Amino acid sequence: MKRSCAIVLCLLLASSLSYAVDTTQMPTPELQKRYLGLTHELRCMQCQNEAIADSPVNLAADLRRQVAEMLQAGKSDDDVRNYMTARYGDFILFRPRVSSKTIWLWATPGILLLIGAAVAVRVSKQRAALVGQDNEPVEEDVRS
Amino acid sequence: MNRFLIPLGAFVLLAIVLAVGLKHSPEKGVIKSPLLGKAAPTFSLPVLTDTSRTFNSADLKGRWYLFNVWGTWCVECRHEHEALLEIAKRGEVSIVGLDWRDEDAAALQWLQELGNPYEVIAADREGRIAIDWGVYAAPETFLVDPQGTVVYKYIGPLTMDAWVNEFVPRLPPKQAAKS
Amino acid sequence: MLPELGHFALILAMLLAGLQGFFGIAGPALGRDRWTAAVTPAVAGQFVMLATSVACLIASFVDNDFSVLYIAENSNSALPLFYRVTAMWGAHEGSLLLWIFLLGCWTVAVAIGVSRLPSRFAARVLGVLGVVSFGFLLFMLATSNPFLRLDPPAPDGRDLNPILQDPALAIHPPILYTGYVGFAVAFAFACAAMLEGRMDQMWARWTRPWTTAAWAFLSVGIALGSWWAYYELGWGGYWFWDPVENASFMPWLVGTALIHSLAVTDKRGLFKSWTLLLSILAFSLSLLGTFLVRSGVLVSVHSFAADPTKGIFILVFLCVMIGGALTLYAWRAPLLKSQAGFDLGARESFLLFNNILLVIAAATVLGGTLAPLISDSLGLGTLSVGTPYFNPTFMLSMLPLTALLSLGVHANWKRGRLSDSKRTLLITLIVAAITAIILIYGVYSNGKVLSPVAATLGVWIILSSLVDPIDRIRRKLSLPRGVIGMTVAHIGLGMFLLSVTTVESFTLERDVALGQGDQTTVGNYEFRFQGVKPIEGPNYNGVEGTVVVTRHGVPTSVVHPQKRQYWVQRQVTTEASIEMHRGSNVFVALGDDLGAGKWSVRFQIRPLVNFLWLGAFIMALGGAIAATDKRYTLAKQAEAAPVTAPAPGVAG
Repeated sequence: MKRSCAIVLCLLLASSLSYAVDTTQMPTPELQKRYLGLTHELRCMQCQNEAIADSPVNLAADLRRQVAEMLQAGKSDDDVRNYMTARYGDFILFRPRVSSKTIWLWATPGILLLIGAAVAVRVSKQRAALVGQDNEPVEEDVRS
Repeated sequence: MNRFLIPLGAFVLLAIVLAVGLKHSPEKGVIKSPLLGKAAPTFSLPVLTDTSRTFNSADLKGRWYLFNVWGTWCVECRHEHEALLEIAKRGEVSIVGLDWRDEDAAALQWLQELGNPYEVIAADREGRIAIDWGVYAAPETFLVDPQGTVVYKYIGPLTMDAWVNEFVPRLPPKQAAKS
Repeated sequence: MLPELGHFALILAMLLAGLQGFFGIAGPALGRDRWTAAVTPAVAGQFVMLATSVACLIASFVDNDFSVLYIAENSNSALPLFYRVTAMWGAHEGSLLLWIFLLGCWTVAVAIGVSRLPSRFAARVLGVLGVVSFGFLLFMLATSNPFLRLDPPAPDGRDLNPILQDPALAIHPPILYTGYVGFAVAFAFACAAMLEGRMDQMWARWTRPWTTAAWAFLSVGIALGSWWAYYELGWGGYWFWDPVENASFMPWLVGTALIHSLAVTDKRGLFKSWTLLLSILAFSLSLLGTFLVRSGVLVSVHSFAADPTKGIFILVFLCVMIGGALTLYAWRAPLLKSQAGFDLGARESFLLFNNILLVIAAATVLGGTLAPLISDSLGLGTLSVGTPYFNPTFMLSMLPLTALLSLGVHANWKRGRLSDSKRTLLITLIVAAITAIILIYGVYSNGKVLSPVAATLGVWIILSSLVDPIDRIRRKLSLPRGVIGMTVAHIGLGMFLLSVTTVESFTLERDVALGQGDQTTVGNYEFRFQGVKPIEGPNYNGVEGTVVVTRHGVPTSVVHPQKRQYWVQRQVTTEASIEMHRGSNVFVALGDDLGAGKWSVRFQIRPLVNFLWLGAFIMALGGAIAATDKRYTLAKQAEAAPVTAPAPGVAG
């Protein structure tokens, strides 16, 4: 199986637990907060389970620099995200965007909860109705 | 009786998904490039072999070319060098190199040792152009058509097999005939 | 010599497992008592062979036998003895052998435990375990043999991955696997019950201690992994929703639902088919986890070397085991009907909600983990799912659960009227809310909206869990281990929730570039960097930094974070210094050498973080206590009288 250099490097680095300590300081606290937020939201494309904030590889450093420059130039968070996804695809975002392609993923927990609620209601009603006729004693008196 | 078959049914679905995932798995880690079918990013960078000169990507319009991203720090790039030399010899496309995040002196030395398949090499010392092309793992090779559209992206060291099976079919017959 | 012996023992083990499976299932089915009786010797024989095989492999590791390929890839002559032993399970082949060996251990324990049960049922349980073992051994011998030779032998080995050269991570796999594999017992009991058509609730009582014990081990295993990640990985994270982590978490969630569902089935004969399904599901998720980790289908920092052929084998095995069990389920489950009833405010109700919410949580994690796969297969592009998805969706089902817990712990079986304990509950809720608010606003600052709510829930769980036992003691009622265990486990959960809330809301983190003598302030602490000096260890060298820590100017400690480079694999690891101080963790880790004597250093103050793992260990302790409840042994003695196979369709 062919593996390109960087992915091999990354697996080695990841298993060596290297991480980046990013000492970048933005000129204002507000920008710093946005910078940290964005660099934690963007995936390092080489070490794909790490954010660019944490990844030690050069690519991550370059991408962080890009984020810093864009923020200082007054771009919005979405501008940065669009810039990245235009070049690397949606995969670079850790939080999948809500789009027609991902709606099933985001809706599933809610739908499951609704189904669960329906089941809970049905079973509770069924069983509550049977309580009157059910004269079997419960083992070991109160609260086991 | 019906509803007790639901778990089995759900499992069958899951097994199918897993089987399909297995079939695709050798390609795992390979992300589809959003550049396919779009215009190749433009750039203007110093030429490696003569840093006083600047190379402009606009000069590439009107012909097919391979855009090959490499670096001397990249072990696999060494492995593909032979294939690149061979492709360059065949002459149906020219190869443009992007020296990614590298030292000029080391790169020149490398080319001297291993040979130079490139028509021109742009030195991307800061890695900005590589980001524009969505590069994340060297070596990567793009195929660009005369209109400047990115037709195909190949990740990993290029081999003659890959050239014949993936790149040549995408070239128009006249180009391919030279192969 | 030893490797050959180990290999041979494996082959024999496989044959014996096959016999165990065959006799265990065919014997009772065909009424052949001699076959049925042959199961126990097969169990013993298989265990002896497995133990031999493991011993041979470990001995070869200790002897530095680099003519064995697996040892050459995972050990080194400079490796300390302790790690030469634990290296046995450091990679795919060896860890698989460990898996199978632990299954053998459980099987022996079960064989002893079921000896007082009806022999046909017991044989069936062991038979199913035999089939599982056979499948894994076949897989091992066909694709993952740890005893393969290297010719000519390597002069020295490639060393154990440095991240595994750590005590916590060394014992994490055995404990984790003990948990994973333990769910096979519940699975086997369920299959035996289905095969026999024995659908009364005794099966639930017999399964309970085994399942609870497996659950406890799994809890400890996961907690160890998380704790290790926290102190070893250098950025203070403790859970990443990584596919392999999720692979162990899903069986845990379903396992938790299962131990609660078993309580209802045991007590009232309700939810029988549901409990059966959960028993199948828990082990299925363990098997699925094995598949995900070893087949290369998902990209993960944790996964073993990927190989699609291994993946195909496991997938087929999965289909046979799970498909078979679910088919049995579809056949037998419709016969299970119960006429028992319960009030809306009764304990059964709360356990119903518990199960629904836990299963939804497990399904959410499963969906998120497989999402990249599903999206790819359907051609919807490459999807990426990480913490920003899992955190909110997981909390959606789990927060209601924690709220309901505090109420449910007081509910009576069958007839629950909350008005009985309303006053006590209200008091505990108010106390909890006050405690949480003091904690959050008094000690820490700027809490988010969710924090006081979640912290309240955490404290409330702890307080309301204590109400009942204290009441019982006061009324001089008996306090069975089941109740003690339950209380302890719930308290552990409350601690865990409280810890997660404070850590997520109030962690302070700074990354700073420091030169000799430079100081920085984080929260209430000041850190002065005193430079680094070189160090050397048994198989590594590195640098050690010195940082003087003061709090509001008062000296508290001097810490020494390290960065090590291991000689053989040339990998760099970070040994962060972590100190407990006033309930928080003060975390200092070295970053990179920035030149000119400057280093980048990471500082974190994490409040109450140790309660996280402490809470998890206490949960497991609760499970262990509950599993030893005397009811389970008494029940088995009562069942020693032979029972003829009941007609199917027995009502609860």
